[in-house]
Amino acid sequence: MTAPVLDSYWSAQDTTPPAIEAALRQLVADRHRENEGYIAARALNMVTIVDAEYSGEIANRLRRVGRYHASRTVVCSVEPGRTTIDARAMVASEADPRPGKFSLMRETVVVSVGEQHLPHLARIVDPLIVTDLKTIVWSPHGHPEAVDSLVDPEGGARPLGECVLWDSAGEPEAHVALDRVCDLAACCEVVDLAWLRVTPWRERLAAHFDPADRRPELRTLSKISVRHGADSLISGLLLVGWLCERLGWRTEQLTRHGDLLRGRARGRRGEVELRLEPVGDMRVPGLSGLEIRSDLGTMFALARGEGGLRARRIERKGDERTWTVLGASRGEPGILGEGIRHALIPDPTYPPALAAARRMIV
Amino acid sequence: MTASGATEPNPLAAALERLPVHATTLVIFGATGDLARRKLLPALYNLAHEGALPEHFALVGSSRGKLSDEAFRDLAVSAVREFSRRPPDEKVLAKLFEAARYVAGPFDDDTVYERLAAVLPELDEQAGRRLNRCFYLSTAPEFFPVIVKALGVHNLDDAEDAEVRVIIEKPFGTRLAEARELNEIVLSVFEERQVFRIDHYLGKETVQNVLALRFANGMFEPLWNRNYIDHVQITASEDIGIGTRAGYYDKAGALRDLVQNHMLQLLTLLCMEPPVDFSADEVRDEKVKVLRAIHAPSADDIPKMAVRAQYSPGNAAGVEVPGYLEEAGVPASSNTETYAALRLEVDNWRWAGVPMFLRTGKRLARKVTEIAVILKPVPHLAFREDGAKGVRPNVLVLTVQPNEGVSLSIGAKIPGTRMAIRPVQMEFLYGSAFMSQSPEAYERLILDAMRGDATLFTRNDEVEAQWRICDPIVAAWEAAPGPLPQYEAGSQGPAEGDALLDGDRTWRMI
Repeated sequence: MTAPVLDSYWSAQDTTPPAIEAALRQLVADRHRENEGYIAARALNMVTIVDAEYSGEIANRLRRVGRYHASRTVVCSVEPGRTTIDARAMVASEADPRPGKFSLMRETVVVSVGEQHLPHLARIVDPLIVTDLKTIVWSPHGHPEAVDSLVDPEGGARPLGECVLWDSAGEPEAHVALDRVCDLAACCEVVDLAWLRVTPWRERLAAHFDPADRRPELRTLSKISVRHGADSLISGLLLVGWLCERLGWRTEQLTRHGDLLRGRARGRRGEVELRLEPVGDMRVPGLSGLEIRSDLGTMFALARGEGGLRARRIERKGDERTWTVLGASRGEPGILGEGIRHALIPDPTYPPALAAARRMIV
Repeated sequence: MTASGATEPNPLAAALERLPVHATTLVIFGATGDLARRKLLPALYNLAHEGALPEHFALVGSSRGKLSDEAFRDLAVSAVREFSRRPPDEKVLAKLFEAARYVAGPFDDDTVYERLAAVLPELDEQAGRRLNRCFYLSTAPEFFPVIVKALGVHNLDDAEDAEVRVIIEKPFGTRLAEARELNEIVLSVFEERQVFRIDHYLGKETVQNVLALRFANGMFEPLWNRNYIDHVQITASEDIGIGTRAGYYDKAGALRDLVQNHMLQLLTLLCMEPPVDFSADEVRDEKVKVLRAIHAPSADDIPKMAVRAQYSPGNAAGVEVPGYLEEAGVPASSNTETYAALRLEVDNWRWAGVPMFLRTGKRLARKVTEIAVILKPVPHLAFREDGAKGVRPNVLVLTVQPNEGVSLSIGAKIPGTRMAIRPVQMEFLYGSAFMSQSPEAYERLILDAMRGDATLFTRNDEVEAQWRICDPIVAAWEAAPGPLPQYEAGSQGPAEGDALLDGDRTWRMI
């Protein structure tokens, strides 16, 4: 990606949100006055809450998301013991505008706050976001009280953030992570990176069973097996939950057999065996493969491969075929970019899949 | 036959961004040509990159040049590396073309179709199921009827348990009679539902957004009629000359190249009534009604409603450039227009009396495609005379390229102690409000054709209705002696174009 041009910069110590907002407004106006080709992006606000000592790592991740940048990013950098607010505001564009063209400006505000500010973070952030734009909240280092302040404020106040960016991967306890994300989903939209890692698999399954002569096979499925990265059980649960919900199966609690989770879902025609198995050799979070069998004796499997997903199908008479379903890997930076983009495209199939996933695990 | 969506709905497809596409073999006639290399093959790559191609996809190229399968694959890979809108992922690129096939030969040679008839079932066999078939005619237009007839003769127009579709590039005829004849030939082999006539403008996001602007916003519809709109200007200007396209352009000219297809598409989208839904035939029914409401001009009308001109030498963007007649490959006596402007009237209840001005040209001041809707002035100005001097009618501009967006000029008070007004711009730019990059028009259109969705393609009656309007002008211009009026390269166009606009109306600055 092209490195952004840092156009304007402002900083202050022991400052206030109105002063930061005024400075930001001035920076944008100055740039526009200098050249009308500078246009402020106005697609999405993003509020990021990070531990100060890891803020560089988060900044790097945000820089690598490709084209899907928020228009205004407010980074709340949490320093233990801090009592005052320091701030830096930056306006950057990817290039100087060419004649007759425009160049987008994106604004970033880094606000240094202390833990004491977190329960009331909305009061600090409110003046800093662009009114009427959707706001997504990302808190990769926890700080649930700050997130709640923004998306689920006490006393029935109107929330500042409509959407939370969340990543279930790596959460040590799946049921705790699912409880938390269910709570969030009850009060706002959730964009779960664990769900987005499953998207290509969902698309391939939908495509495979799309031909009219193959759709009836969906009613005969008898076994679903999913292999997932060691840190990506929730991606596996979401995929199975989505299948169960879309196909009208009732999910039940799975049982643990060592690392393996097994159980059943109940459909109109009988039971469907479910199996989730971790694999240890994955370098990135997400799924490693899946296999779907039917009562008819057919089998369809997908696995990670070069240039796309490797597909394998066995027909009821035993004929077997393999092929590649084309698609480039988005990589983890691309997944984060997709997460930011999906703040503007709510997925109505996620909440029911999440609910189904939650029922499968204690 | 069966096809996607024929029986029960696919429960897994709900809310997916990329809807399933039926397994397909795409056959490109003219696969080594400029359009294929610059647009079609890169479009296929980008669809593959995004995981948007069907789970089984096969490509067959066909052209006159004698190439092996391997050489065609190399050509396709090179084309993607050179022209793709994103750097290719080498693994995806290699996989996409690794099984591509090539059938060499002249398009009037039966062996080409015999080879295709043998290759297509092989591809079905490899996929383990019947693949739909899309024949993409990316050739010189004189081969369209040749290929279509040959597909029929060799029974390639139909396949058991699969859909067969034909995608036909522009131009669809060069005169009304030719378009009708081509339609007759095409429809003697294929049914209309199998035919996808490309107008790549319709694949552009910003062109589709004309419909979103009109039918998703309550504020415009009450104004969208003769009571509030004074006139409309549709401009498609280019700052470049004809380059190396003299062979094509001198036969076509500006009217055929842009007005008959792209600009009339923009006009119909702007003027159509709201469709019942956005299905292919509902949308196209409404567009055809607009074209039918435009009277074909009589010979007497044409000098008053149509202007043509050629660019002369001039200074374009600081560079001295030759005139059209000095361009390589252009006959010195050519009467081909590089500029065309029309005044059209849509004679229906909504638009009666609202002139629609269309202009297009090469070597104009800059490249822009826009629709400007000029509203009527307010009925009374209560400001003092000098304060009201700056009041102008509101203008809503939908820019298709280069800065895609919508702007509305409104009158605002100039800061100060006096009540003085001047126009200011309320501007919306696509690039500032959406994070996604718009796909290339061809990506969208190829995918739609593989899905069987013809909404963004031109129907047979639509293309004939377009020609019915343009044909008398083409005939009159071909019959009239030259030389043509001239306009200086890099300028705003010929003075003769100004005469089309009556009263206080003037062309917007390009």
